[in-house]
Amino acid sequence: MNRQDLKTIIYAEKAKVENNKYKHKIGVCCGAGCISSGSEEVLKKLQEEVTTRGLDHDVEIIPTGCMGPCNQGPLMKYLPDHTIYQKVDCSNIAAIVQSQIIDKKPIEHLLLFADTREKPFRDAREDPFFKSQLKIVLRNCGQLNPERIEDFLVHDGYQALDKTLCEMSPEDVIAEIKHSRLRGRGGAGYPTGLKWETVYKYVNDQKYVICNGDEGDPGAFMDRSVLEGNPHRVLEGMAIAGYAIGATKGYAYIRGEYPLAIKRFETAIKQARKMGLLGTDILGSNFSFDVEVRIGAGAFVCGEETALIASIEGKRGTPRPRPPFPAEFGLWGKPTLINNVETFASISPIIINGGEWYSEIGTPKSAGTKVFALAGKINYSGLIEVPMGTSLREIVFDIGGGMQGGGEFKAAQTGGPSGGCIPAGHLDVKMDYEALTNLGSIMGSGGLIIMDQTSDMVDVARFFMEFCMDESCGKCLPCRVGTKMMCDLLQKICDNRATQIDLDRLEELAIYVKETSLCGLGGSAPNPLLSTLRHFRNEYQNRLIRHEQKDQIEVPSNIQV
Amino acid sequence: MKSGSSLLDAELHKTDPRVKLIAAKLKKENFKPDALIEVLHTAQNVYGHLPLNVLAYISKALSLPPSRVYSTVTFYHFFSLKSKGEHTCLVCTGTACYVKGAQVILNEIESKIGLRPGQVSADNQLGIQVARCIGACGLAPAVVLDDEVQGKVTLGEIINKIIDKMAAK
Repeated sequence: MNRQDLKTIIYAEKAKVENNKYKHKIGVCCGAGCISSGSEEVLKKLQEEVTTRGLDHDVEIIPTGCMGPCNQGPLMKYLPDHTIYQKVDCSNIAAIVQSQIIDKKPIEHLLLFADTREKPFRDAREDPFFKSQLKIVLRNCGQLNPERIEDFLVHDGYQALDKTLCEMSPEDVIAEIKHSRLRGRGGAGYPTGLKWETVYKYVNDQKYVICNGDEGDPGAFMDRSVLEGNPHRVLEGMAIAGYAIGATKGYAYIRGEYPLAIKRFETAIKQARKMGLLGTDILGSNFSFDVEVRIGAGAFVCGEETALIASIEGKRGTPRPRPPFPAEFGLWGKPTLINNVETFASISPIIINGGEWYSEIGTPKSAGTKVFALAGKINYSGLIEVPMGTSLREIVFDIGGGMQGGGEFKAAQTGGPSGGCIPAGHLDVKMDYEALTNLGSIMGSGGLIIMDQTSDMVDVARFFMEFCMDESCGKCLPCRVGTKMMCDLLQKICDNRATQIDLDRLEELAIYVKETSLCGLGGSAPNPLLSTLRHFRNEYQNRLIRHEQKDQIEVPSNIQV
Repeated sequence: MKSGSSLLDAELHKTDPRVKLIAAKLKKENFKPDALIEVLHTAQNVYGHLPLNVLAYISKALSLPPSRVYSTVTFYHFFSLKSKGEHTCLVCTGTACYVKGAQVILNEIESKIGLRPGQVSADNQLGIQVARCIGACGLAPAVVLDDEVQGKVTLGEIINKIIDKMAAK
């Protein structure tokens, strides 16, 4: 297919939408969260209801990707009014169809957040949950059917790829990405444009693009939702990256725990191949690119780039020392570009709207928006996207609707087992890479877990340390042994069996493990411990056996003193 | 080690439809050694776990030493050498579920059903597992019963559902 053919298809699809015989459109969220709450049955029942009433020619029903407020699911969106119904079940579908479509009046008590807000909004876009957000990566998530490439084409899909292939040189693409100041969304925040340029400069007959979808952080589901809600966007980003660095082959490494994301991404690849948007001579430009899915087998360490490469090669996912970096010596020894799902999903809006536009969003050092997976003891948990620099207070209290059950905000945990926590005193922190690092946490991939006064911070540190201990690949000693020792010491503190000496040893060990581990897993494993110690040291101190209490310690009878 | 289930015994019944599925996958991947993980996924899908003789068969087909195959299988959480039980109950212990009491659910399962994570009931009807995060954080605490995600579970309800699963053979 050439450029003209693509335009013809898009015109035809757009004409179809414009001459739409449907007067109403209903989207049912079929993200993993809503499916678990039963949205597939809702979709089926809705279809039946519409058919029974003979409204087939008036109402279009589509399954969509994630709409956002996951814990209110199953969600159903009525367009063009943007009215969202929450917790829809098969028993109230008839009433909704009758009221919304026939009587043209929404049912107030079933609207989104109707059970918690004084007055729910008929247009969900007016609700503070959505109003404070800015959706770039998630823009079409929850609006289009992720399993239809035509839906994506109507929403400017593959326009960025068309633009890069026909109007831009690889240097232009890299310059545009550099200009946008986009930083890697996987956690470390390395400038994306710089990474692309490095791989571009290595001359080799074969280069690779890898999409890191091994979202191993417990408490994070951003990549999952993007892959499920708009897989073509990620695919387009990968193809543009391939063109820019001179690669012809891409791999998407997706967690085995995400079967739906894998299925939808594979469907997307098949559709794109069929339309000639992947394969040889894409849009008549001589550029060839194809993508293959690799399924992760459940190892947190595979999020580390060299371990991920080993895993794609069919080996144990253990990291290796860098340099050489994958940009020089990656998959099968060839120059390889690895970016996160969210990074690739940010590419096409930057190409279409320009780097300048993107760089103006966010803070001076962290441009653009960030997707967070908001969860924990909060009223409205789910998937959100805000400009960099939005304060934590805004996220928790405006978007998240405040603490669940009127609890008191104690801390927010970011970055999963590699990150740290932000205590109540820093609620006004502007969320960007630098601000979080200054607080001893990290941006990470975007998991944001809100904790209230019932959370025991020592136990939280122990929980993450246990995770890192389990997930340590065992290749280097500091991580293999250090995480185990730290976990034991933390358990001792949790059981009120530790003394000040144990705590001192724990702190000392944390520094050693942090500085001497081979890869990022060990290097960041002590972070949750160090961060809770920094902000909640008294919780540790209160658990220690004090000197004057030592006579009261019960010595087990089998131990000789 | 039981005879017929050894890493050195690569002979499988060629007529077993499950073997055919693995053979088809091997062919599709062109017997490339780097397709090991992909092939293991298929094998675990059709067998439910990875018996040693299946590993031996795969190692021979991909021209890989059995030690490489065995070490790869034991490295990844997804692969299991033992049967996981007819029915599986997987409790998510990700951060959001942890904050909302995943441990309490595990304790309750242990006291009411008598199984700890990783254990399978004596009649092989039920296996209990934990996951590090299934990505359904908005629905915490979450439990996956036979591939069906149960969100926002309450103690009594989930125990009853598990007991029902065990009874319905």
